[in-house]
Amino acid sequence: MEILGIPTQALFGQLLIGLINGAFYAMLSLGLAVIFGLLNIINFTHGAQYMMGAFCAWFLLERAGIGYWWALLITPIAVGITGVVIERTMLARLYKLDHLYGLLLTFGLALIIQGVFTNVYGSSGQPYRLPPEFVGAYNLGFMFLPKYRAWVIVLSLVVCFGTWFVIERTKLGSYLRAATENPALVQAFGVNVPRMITLTYGFGVGLAALAGVMAAPIYQVSPQMGANLIIVVFAVVVIGGMGSIMGAILTGFGLGVLEGLTKVFYAEASNTVIFVIMVIVLLVKPAGLFGRER
Amino acid sequence: MNACKRTLIGAAVATLFAIGAAQAQTGGKEIKLGVLSDMSSLYTDLAGAGSVIATKMAIADSGIEKRGYKVSVVEADHQNKPDVGSAIARRWYDADGVNAIVDVPNSGVALAVAAITKEKNKVFLASGPGSSDLTGKACTPNTVHFTYDTWMLANGTGTAITKGGGTSWFFITADYAFGQALERDTTAAVEKAGGKSLGDVKVPINTQDFSSFLLQAQASKAKVVGLANAGGDFTNSVKQAAEFGIVKAGQQLAGLLVFITDVHALGLPTAQGLTFTTTFYWDMNDGTRAFSKRFAALDKGIHPTMVHAGVYAEVLHYLKAVEAVGNATDGVKVVDKMKAMPTDDPLFGKGSIRADGRGIHPAYLVQVKTPAESKAPWDYYKIRATIPADEAFRPLKDGGCPFVK
Amino acid sequence: MAGTTTSAAAEAAPQRTRFALATAIMAALLAIAPFAGIYPVFLMKALCFALFACAFNLLVGFGGLLSFGHAMFLGTAGYVTAHAAKVWGWPPEGAIVAGTIAATLLGCVTGALTIRRQGIYFAMITLALAQMIFFFYLQAPFTHGEDGIQQVPRGKLFGFIDLADTRAMYFTVLVIFLAGFLFLYRVVNSPFGQVLKAIRENEPRAISLGYDADRYKLVAFILSAALSGLAGAVKAIVFQLASLTDAHWTMSGEVVLMVLLGGMGTIFGPVVGAFVIVAIESYLTAGIVIGDVNFGPEWAIVLTGLIFVVCVLAFRRGIVGELAAWWARRKG
Repeated sequence: MEILGIPTQALFGQLLIGLINGAFYAMLSLGLAVIFGLLNIINFTHGAQYMMGAFCAWFLLERAGIGYWWALLITPIAVGITGVVIERTMLARLYKLDHLYGLLLTFGLALIIQGVFTNVYGSSGQPYRLPPEFVGAYNLGFMFLPKYRAWVIVLSLVVCFGTWFVIERTKLGSYLRAATENPALVQAFGVNVPRMITLTYGFGVGLAALAGVMAAPIYQVSPQMGANLIIVVFAVVVIGGMGSIMGAILTGFGLGVLEGLTKVFYAEASNTVIFVIMVIVLLVKPAGLFGRER
Repeated sequence: MNACKRTLIGAAVATLFAIGAAQAQTGGKEIKLGVLSDMSSLYTDLAGAGSVIATKMAIADSGIEKRGYKVSVVEADHQNKPDVGSAIARRWYDADGVNAIVDVPNSGVALAVAAITKEKNKVFLASGPGSSDLTGKACTPNTVHFTYDTWMLANGTGTAITKGGGTSWFFITADYAFGQALERDTTAAVEKAGGKSLGDVKVPINTQDFSSFLLQAQASKAKVVGLANAGGDFTNSVKQAAEFGIVKAGQQLAGLLVFITDVHALGLPTAQGLTFTTTFYWDMNDGTRAFSKRFAALDKGIHPTMVHAGVYAEVLHYLKAVEAVGNATDGVKVVDKMKAMPTDDPLFGKGSIRADGRGIHPAYLVQVKTPAESKAPWDYYKIRATIPADEAFRPLKDGGCPFVK
Repeated sequence: MAGTTTSAAAEAAPQRTRFALATAIMAALLAIAPFAGIYPVFLMKALCFALFACAFNLLVGFGGLLSFGHAMFLGTAGYVTAHAAKVWGWPPEGAIVAGTIAATLLGCVTGALTIRRQGIYFAMITLALAQMIFFFYLQAPFTHGEDGIQQVPRGKLFGFIDLADTRAMYFTVLVIFLAGFLFLYRVVNSPFGQVLKAIRENEPRAISLGYDADRYKLVAFILSAALSGLAGAVKAIVFQLASLTDAHWTMSGEVVLMVLLGGMGTIFGPVVGAFVIVAIESYLTAGIVIGDVNFGPEWAIVLTGLIFVVCVLAFRRGIVGELAAWWARRKG
């Protein structure tokens, strides 16, 4: 059986690959959405922090002999702490100003971080070996799925829906959502809102770093790895709209699949397809698919 | 309000005066070389600071300063921006008395520099750029293009692999002028050698994930998967080809523009089996080994790429030509002398510079060793075939260089 | 965003005199600069970017709209101008007009698409659109990929001024810059500009007063696109090339930096910012020495980032804005 000249089996393979890429979009746009929700800042440093996550994993392995599993735990915390420092020392001074200053500040920070990493580690990047547990592939009948890719999809689903659950279904999450609407009132109820904001930023950054660790074994660990990705993720966020956590997750996965299909049918357009969809969504539903206007 | 503005503008202009006033002089026995390279992004590792080191080594080894010449080196970062690069080139020639510009990885910047160099009648010693247009339709009597070009890489790799049995190809091509040129030239070489191209996929640059394209390459059942891309795209596609077991499943992976720094960045477990063409490898003979040892000591242990080696050879030859002419003032005269004298250096051996400015020397088809075969750090290549100098580069008549009749 | 709103009509007259005086001084300095040993290519580049930054400032400083995709106008005009001059053999004035019109049209389309969005959304959408345009230029055959369109002929302006002569080229650029600069000053101080500032300060109030805020913003966006295009078109003729650099998102970031550093919402700020940034780019290409450490040219990007951070944290009014504030404090 064939669909549009492509054997169905091959198509399934491509859909699955798309879903895996979507996992990265979902994790990154989720982090952006969480930060935006509470801080009203678009974190331009997100791509650089994703890169820092990958480098941190590489560093742990090369310099300290600490493997992939511990890196999954240590890296988000370590990079998250740098995020906390950035929030406390810099971003916190900007909350009373136009939100655009947050964008400009994080843009500058991204340039600094990427520049320093390029100068210290070179532009061609560093290799990160596939963890031995994941060498090999599953035979799914319609394709060979490398074990590591299967793991990426499982882990990202767990992380994404875990985050969604915490924010939408727990008491902590309800404080968070309330603080988004009315920080003064939540503060009056005895919740330490500034600390919550700091930790939220740290958490969002940690998500980016986790995505970076997950990317390290399959993408080359290089200083510029996040620079172009972040713009695509911005488009993903615009398409999804910034109102909902679930929106960010679903849009991320969905667009990954769509991009995957484009790679099969018209590869030349595979990097523009998301931007084209963004334009269409803006014309039809300006607030984004799941968004509400602020 | 106005007073402060006046002060401000005054101060700004005063600063600029001070900067602009710095003018330099060049007499007959003074030579000034400008290394214009990428110091901050994509090509930093394969050219960058290493090209400055290679230039200085060439000056020291030439011994020219003992014979009464004074050679100085300036360096700058063109940031891969043609306008920045051409502004630096103009300033160097107009105000700073630079006689020759060296290296210039990035074809866009190099083409701009070539035009300015001709306008000012200086010398352009190109090593880093890949565009074969530099000795083709954009050639000038002031350009020497030494190390490699896209035609030579495509032709060398395409011919040698096809003759070795890799008769059917599938291309993963970076979708812009550079990648398309690589694919076109390689396909021509493959077909000439009796092979055929089964298809291609044109991939936008800065794509992170190549798995979809690798699956298409796998489905094509081609014996060779040609990677007509460079930099981050290249490393990512090789890394993911290893993950999807392309080489293990029996397909051969051919890189069309690969530097030893790329192999180093990928690591042998990932890069093993990769086949490509290069004009220089550090571990070929005593001359290359001695040079590379000295170079690595100066450049954080990085072993020289072919671009670094080309810079060294080119500067050495340039200095010889300047000595033979007597001064560095007339660019065309020096380049003509470079073309008249055979090249001879420890890195590329004996060779020549052709009328269109093309440096002629042998090239090598190499294959990346397996981790087990590699005995020492940077012990990366097995030399599979030598492409003789007269076959390695595009024939003079095919280039369409206007001033060569 | 930043900047001071001057609405009192009484202050308008002396302000205009001061502006005229300052502009005259600036023009005079720029006219003698190439004869005073300042490298003309540097000056021309700085003037092109100054015009670009002024055009950008109209949108961000007076309209309150931060675009992160303005490189698309600079790049589009550059490519169209270079193509017209080189491939179609158009005279420079025709090529420049063609480039400017192309950028204006692009401004109409992207403006219509984005203008209803605000703040951060607007910044992200303009960035994404510009990235899409960038990929188009990267892949389109007429731009020649990373080689760019090279060796564009400068030609003869109006058939008799030979622009191959550096001095003629310089004064052409200077005249175009001053014309653009004065035009923008007129726009900012016209009733249109006043409404625009009112919208920036308080959009709901402006709407309740009966102004169609979106239309005003759209016109400002298109004007900004057109003048950015003019800057890109002139730049293509000056440097005789059009390349991907001008369409890349880092260029969009650079113009934000110029305006931020010089002073958003000030008249002269973007000019100062552009000159400083271009000077850094041109003269620090060989690196700087701080203490015992020699920071090579590879640290320029880090320096750019640092300037961003410092400006945002401590220096939000920019060079001109801070100087003006300091002057006002001293006087009053």
